[in-house]
Amino acid sequence: MFRATLKSLLARKVRLILSGLAVVLGVMFVSGAFVLTDTLGRSFDSVFADGFSEIDVNVAAKPKVEVNEMEGEQTAAPLPAAVVDRVKQVPGVASATGIVNADGARVIGSNGKVVTSFGPPQLGENWIGESDLMQLREGRAPQAENEIVLNKALATTAKVQVGQKVGVLTAFESKKRDFTLVGIMGYSGDRDSIGGVNEVFFTTPVAQRLMLGEPDTFSSITLRAADGVSDETLRDDVARNLGADFDVKTGEQVAADASASLKEGLSFFNKILLGFAAVALLVGTFLILNTFSIIVAQRTRELALMRAIGASGRQIIGSVVLEAIAVGLIASVLGLAAGIGVGALLAFLFGKLAGGLTLAGIGVPAAAVIGSFGVGLVITVVAALLPALRASRIPPIAAMQDVATPDRPLTKVTVAGAVVTGIGAVLLFLGLSGNAGGQTLSTILGGVLFAFIGVALLTPLISRPVVSLLGAIFSWSVPGKLGRLNSGRNPRRTAITAAALMVGIALVTGVTVILDSAKGSISALAQDTIKAELVISGQQGGPRPPSFDPGVLDKAKALPGVRMVDGEYGDMGRIDGESTWVAASSDIASLRQIFGAKATAGDIDRLGPTQMLASSDTATSRGWSVGSTVNVQLTRGEARTYTISGIYESSQLTNPVTLPATAAKDFAIPQPIQGFIQLAPGTQVADVQPQVETLLADSPEVSVADRDAFIKQQTSSLDGLLTMIQILLALAIVIAVLGIINTLALSVLERTRELGLLRAIGLRRGQTMGMITVEAVVISVFGALLGVAVGSGLGAAVVEALKDEGITDLILPWGQMGVFLGLAAIIGVVAAVLPAVRAARINVLGAIAHD
Amino acid sequence: MTATVGQQAQAAARANDVWKVYGSGEAQVIALRGVSAEFERGRFTAIMGPSGSGKSTLMHCLAGLDSVTRGTVSIGATTVTGLGDSGLTKLRRDKVGFIFQQFNLLPTLTAKENILLPLSIAGRKPDPAWYDTVIKTVGLQDRLDHRPAQLSGGQQQRVACARALVSRPEVIFADEPTGNLDSRSGAEVLGFLRNSVREHNQTIVMVTHDPTAAAYADRVVFLADGQIVSELIEPTAETVLDTMKKLDAPAEVGN
Repeated sequence: MFRATLKSLLARKVRLILSGLAVVLGVMFVSGAFVLTDTLGRSFDSVFADGFSEIDVNVAAKPKVEVNEMEGEQTAAPLPAAVVDRVKQVPGVASATGIVNADGARVIGSNGKVVTSFGPPQLGENWIGESDLMQLREGRAPQAENEIVLNKALATTAKVQVGQKVGVLTAFESKKRDFTLVGIMGYSGDRDSIGGVNEVFFTTPVAQRLMLGEPDTFSSITLRAADGVSDETLRDDVARNLGADFDVKTGEQVAADASASLKEGLSFFNKILLGFAAVALLVGTFLILNTFSIIVAQRTRELALMRAIGASGRQIIGSVVLEAIAVGLIASVLGLAAGIGVGALLAFLFGKLAGGLTLAGIGVPAAAVIGSFGVGLVITVVAALLPALRASRIPPIAAMQDVATPDRPLTKVTVAGAVVTGIGAVLLFLGLSGNAGGQTLSTILGGVLFAFIGVALLTPLISRPVVSLLGAIFSWSVPGKLGRLNSGRNPRRTAITAAALMVGIALVTGVTVILDSAKGSISALAQDTIKAELVISGQQGGPRPPSFDPGVLDKAKALPGVRMVDGEYGDMGRIDGESTWVAASSDIASLRQIFGAKATAGDIDRLGPTQMLASSDTATSRGWSVGSTVNVQLTRGEARTYTISGIYESSQLTNPVTLPATAAKDFAIPQPIQGFIQLAPGTQVADVQPQVETLLADSPEVSVADRDAFIKQQTSSLDGLLTMIQILLALAIVIAVLGIINTLALSVLERTRELGLLRAIGLRRGQTMGMITVEAVVISVFGALLGVAVGSGLGAAVVEALKDEGITDLILPWGQMGVFLGLAAIIGVVAAVLPAVRAARINVLGAIAHD
Repeated sequence: MTATVGQQAQAAARANDVWKVYGSGEAQVIALRGVSAEFERGRFTAIMGPSGSGKSTLMHCLAGLDSVTRGTVSIGATTVTGLGDSGLTKLRRDKVGFIFQQFNLLPTLTAKENILLPLSIAGRKPDPAWYDTVIKTVGLQDRLDHRPAQLSGGQQQRVACARALVSRPEVIFADEPTGNLDSRSGAEVLGFLRNSVREHNQTIVMVTHDPTAAAYADRVVFLADGQIVSELIEPTAETVLDTMKKLDAPAEVGN
């Protein structure tokens, strides 16, 4: 029995390869995700272990506001220089060095553009001399106020040489300041940077002033232990001496913490990749289900013979499941191997993109292996279970007769489909209306899954009228008519094949509907509310938003034709202990007018130094009213108490809270990140824009644009997101195409005799190919049609649920949908190529004699 | 009319007032109308009759492949009627062998693997002496490693016969075993079936419409319109042909 199964499997390898390929692709995604995140994780480990290798114990002030990796770089509170002297007195300390080390030192390259970073910070530091780790490659250390040293990686990217003047923007000065590059440094082992970090080294006083904003402060203190004192002992001694306001850690701990926070980001990334793998595998399940169903149908006689000579129903199920296990195993092995390759390739690309991250060796974590085999096997076996059951029900008498498989009624499957779709709809409703009790995301995902399966079950019923309608387009020719009839011949098979395509297209359509609606709503809102003709802003590349010199705001206001100017600052702060986005405005009255904000309580036209405005939503959820006092802790400085002096409507101005301009000096980025300029009536935009551009000459991170360009720029990040999701979902569509090829190839094989007959009575080769192509196009367009319909429905449901979040316009991407349908037709033609060629090559005589 | 044929008490297969009705209402077809018959151990019985006479249905019912509408069927000591799927599976595995018109070999397995398939399904080892005897009788010694596609029709049918014999079933049902063979290959297969009855005391029930094939049997049972209408012991091709002609005649008159 076992042997018979394996032999039959081998005889069918080509047929199974296609369905196996679906599993291979899905498993590849799973193992690739694990390998990628594991490799990057270990690379970060080694980067940080290296970066902190010169540190025995590190002392830093507790950060005022905890910021996670997704929100930006953590900014440590500055440490008074006196602490260095205090720590030096602790027994066991061999040396204590004050370190300035803060994000936001941006070098202007020789092309006049700011060198950006995709992830690693751009650090401004004080030069503390050479060590085993850090050496000067060229030149000398910075000695004067206007001298700097760059690390080799940064000097190379910026294309600057020792002796040149180099412009630098610093954390506290977004106006260009010129320095002389006096030296270029690198790290041991001939590395130009550690982990792709860009570094600018100043003299200590300059670094303190420009990077920390206060003289005589440091970011941290590096301690070396005296001989015979362990790092841990020193850490505990120092911690006891300094008290609870300081974070005292060994170098190893600091490295581990830094790595852990990055890995948190990685695990999020991993989950996203696994999500897409799940979609690919769902589609793959349809494909495998179909392949096994067809194989079982083709083997009816063979399976009946087995039954006739004594095999039990269970043995038949066993043989089909065994086949599935073999396919699943082989596909898992191949998928795992392919995934390791893809993971390694992506890690390599990521390393390059992140500025030369030195990769640790490619590792295959246990999760990748277990995940691959678990997913590959389970999916294949589950998908084969239904066909296996059907196989076991083949009566032995079928071995003796040409049992015409009766067209089973679709009642059962339709009822099941309606029930499953209903469950999906209920879950979606619960999830989207926020009644799922903390399980919102899983409820919505479950709802989507059920909806897909339900619709797939309903598809056979829908397929009859829709397919014949679609096919009617081709009915003018005989091959077209035959192709149309063929595609309606086996509604279940057509349905599953089309359903596989539906899943991918539905998800792409759904996401497009949601993002387009979001984009449209944001644009419409911005068009309505922003009453500024010119906007100063920059394109954000890395974790740090671009900023500009606040002096520009006053100068712009003085320009002829400018009526009012507002500069916007922003940061994450803690209000009454809760993390909140905090904005500050340079001119609160202008802000109100430019955004047409309406007060719901209090006065929003002015703001005293200890007063604060809140949006109506925030005020409601936090229970604030005019006169409430709140405690605000910003990135720098001490916590302060503010009194709410006014509340504005959330619909116009979305900032949760707005602080006076004076508060902005304690923000992580104490410069404005956006500027809004309203012109006096009758002033031409083209007259003012060049003048503002001139003002911004020393703030190369930002530029001035008119309102429409600004709005476009603001929504462009959504376009990027959409493109990325579409690329990832393309895999699901590729698998669906494999499904169409597979179904057609098997149908051609099944109908060998019939095709031979058609050829014998005069159907030409070209006509045969046309017939197969029509069948493929009808199936794929049907799938796309379903996908577009289901996707629009899902998207519309989500948009409806997000109405309160400001997505008010439902925008259906008709153009995109048309593209999908067109694409589906092309997919059909492509998928038909191989089966059609095969059908055309059928030997007429052999086919008629075919048993 | 109910014709009872065969007197031996030791019947390998027995049908007792078997009715088989397909469909209902206007589409109702009565395939068997109260057939009672016994098929003795160690004999080669042929069932003959014109198309639509119910001969294949009778065989399917006897073999437990099809259920009966009324009456009972038994094989050896086992009552087939009323058995569940697992009972029927066990019956087919242990007591019944099949030979088909279309050979029905698994194309992926070699001749030897095809022959041993029923035993491997049942998880049994072949009796080596009996296996050698079967192989020798069918004359396939040097063809055992060939795939069905590499064998002629006659050779394929001999593999199918060996497959039916190797598990020593109580009774072998053969459904038009020579229908797809040329006359020489057909004669070989029939001669070999007769030998297995004579020399190894095998029981064979064969459905055929070919008088020459029926002449190899020890006994021929004739069916017409779902009833047993006649019987011949030690038939020859001529006596079979004569009987067939007589059977056809009243039908023509009736038309």
